[in-house]
Amino acid sequence: MDLTIDRLGVTLAGRAVLHDITATFRPGRVTAILGPNGAGKSTLVKAMAALVAIQSGAIRLGERDVAALDPRDRARRIGYLPQDAAIHWNVPARDVIALGRAQHHAPFAGLSEGDHAAIADAVAATATADLLNRPVNELSGGERARVLLARVLAGAPQWLLADEPLASLDPAHQIDILDRLRARAAAGAGVAIVLHDLVQAGRAADDVLLLKAGRVAAFGPAAQVLTPANLRAVFAIDVSVTADSAGRPLCIPIGRATG
Amino acid sequence: MSRTAKLALLAALVVLLFAASLTAGKIWVPFSAWWSADPLWRIVLELRLPRAVLGLVLGAVLGLSGAVLQGYLRNPLADPAVVGVSSSAALGAVAAIVFGWAGGVFACAMLAAAGSMALLAALTWRTQSAVGFILAGTVLASLSGALTAFLISIAPNPYATAEVIDWLMGALTDRGWADLLPALPFLGIGALLLLLTAPALDALTLGEAAARSMGVRLGRLQALVVLGTGLTVGASVAVTGVVGFVGLVVPHLLRPIFGHRPAALLLPSALGGAALVLAADSLCRLAPGPGEVRLGVAMALIGAPFFLALLLRQRRLAWI
Repeated sequence: MDLTIDRLGVTLAGRAVLHDITATFRPGRVTAILGPNGAGKSTLVKAMAALVAIQSGAIRLGERDVAALDPRDRARRIGYLPQDAAIHWNVPARDVIALGRAQHHAPFAGLSEGDHAAIADAVAATATADLLNRPVNELSGGERARVLLARVLAGAPQWLLADEPLASLDPAHQIDILDRLRARAAAGAGVAIVLHDLVQAGRAADDVLLLKAGRVAAFGPAAQVLTPANLRAVFAIDVSVTADSAGRPLCIPIGRATG
Repeated sequence: MSRTAKLALLAALVVLLFAASLTAGKIWVPFSAWWSADPLWRIVLELRLPRAVLGLVLGAVLGLSGAVLQGYLRNPLADPAVVGVSSSAALGAVAAIVFGWAGGVFACAMLAAAGSMALLAALTWRTQSAVGFILAGTVLASLSGALTAFLISIAPNPYATAEVIDWLMGALTDRGWADLLPALPFLGIGALLLLLTAPALDALTLGEAAARSMGVRLGRLQALVVLGTGLTVGASVAVTGVVGFVGLVVPHLLRPIFGHRPAALLLPSALGGAALVLAADSLCRLAPGPGEVRLGVAMALIGAPFFLALLLRQRRLAWI
């Protein structure tokens, strides 16, 4: 089902963070949300997960208003991976990943066969099998990030919203995670990720939403959006855009925009 | 050892301490008195049994509410005192004593606890965040503390003052069935509400935004926490006075054994709280001299150094 953002406006603590955002995110594709610090990327993703109040416009999953869905039903449809990777208690990684199934079984019921299968899938996808019994405080930042991603994947949501899932990951794991997210999209799920790395965005994204100061600067297929002119307008940097061996845009930042 | 085995061991410890609580005291009642026609039997039935049952349920709800609050606030230093329930219930009871409503101590304590919980809910329902909850609770605690001190200062006679101070120290002494039975429904319903928070507490391990995205209704959770704590802690303070440290220490002690997952700590903390209060109350009775050490005092005397040692050990682990 499409995730449609229709003339969305969000005001946080009296400051207008998002203005008149309109975009339709399609399932089966990876959409990268890019923009400078403070452009409203995280707020947009939170609004899509119904975590912030909307001042104007609407966000719809198919025909239904996301904010009006029952919270548990919404949790089954939309998985959200926050930027803040806090795990407040020193539980084993296994317990964190199992939380991803909470919206699927009745409260106080144990994990079902289906839950265990989904968890096993998520563990395999994130290569976290060796971490399961380790307390999270003993994990490195990157290992924690993979465990938290496994938590969201375990929920097998129709839509997966991830706020900077690559932060604190080494290049190999960045590539792994992006490949897993692409695989989820190829399997029919919708994937929207906030990214900072233009190279990874070019590698992974089918569509790109460029945000600047709370407005859409450009939205469309990656090859059409990731152009030197767009990136210069949004990030104020000069970027060399070529095509990689697979024909995807390869964006190499050169330096601050001059002139 | 499996979780079930650990729980069974803890339950066995509670049973053992319950039996010890029936036996121990200024007068030791041998187990043989339980089935002979020994007149000591009356001590057990009329004095020790209600007291032991009270110790059991008091310890259980204090341990449980401590575990729930620590999970809800994601802070191992939280306990019912932090959110101001204990001190406002104490304020109600003190008001009843000072103004001479002898029969109204329980009702006044419950009313005051309810009032402060309503105030807490009113102050925090918009934010639904842990920090706001702690701040509002701390304000309520200091406010009720100050009002209690004020009431003591205007007490009409020294006897009332002495009674208040005695009561504030918290004790199970001379509490009978008549004290216990009115509190039981509140304690039971409150404990049930607190147990219902378990799945949401686990989800909160990942923070408020993640928990909400997982389908947790933070407003409903907060209502459960506030109501559950208000009912259990309010009712227990209304019967026994202020007994601190149980809610703080017990989940802390059990975390290394049962793991840090908040929901996995609720039942163990209830059992552990019961064990701690039963043990401490039995020890109180054994103190030399004609009187008894007050339970609240004993708990602080045992609890504070113990807790300090625990913190120091944790810090050493962290630093070296």
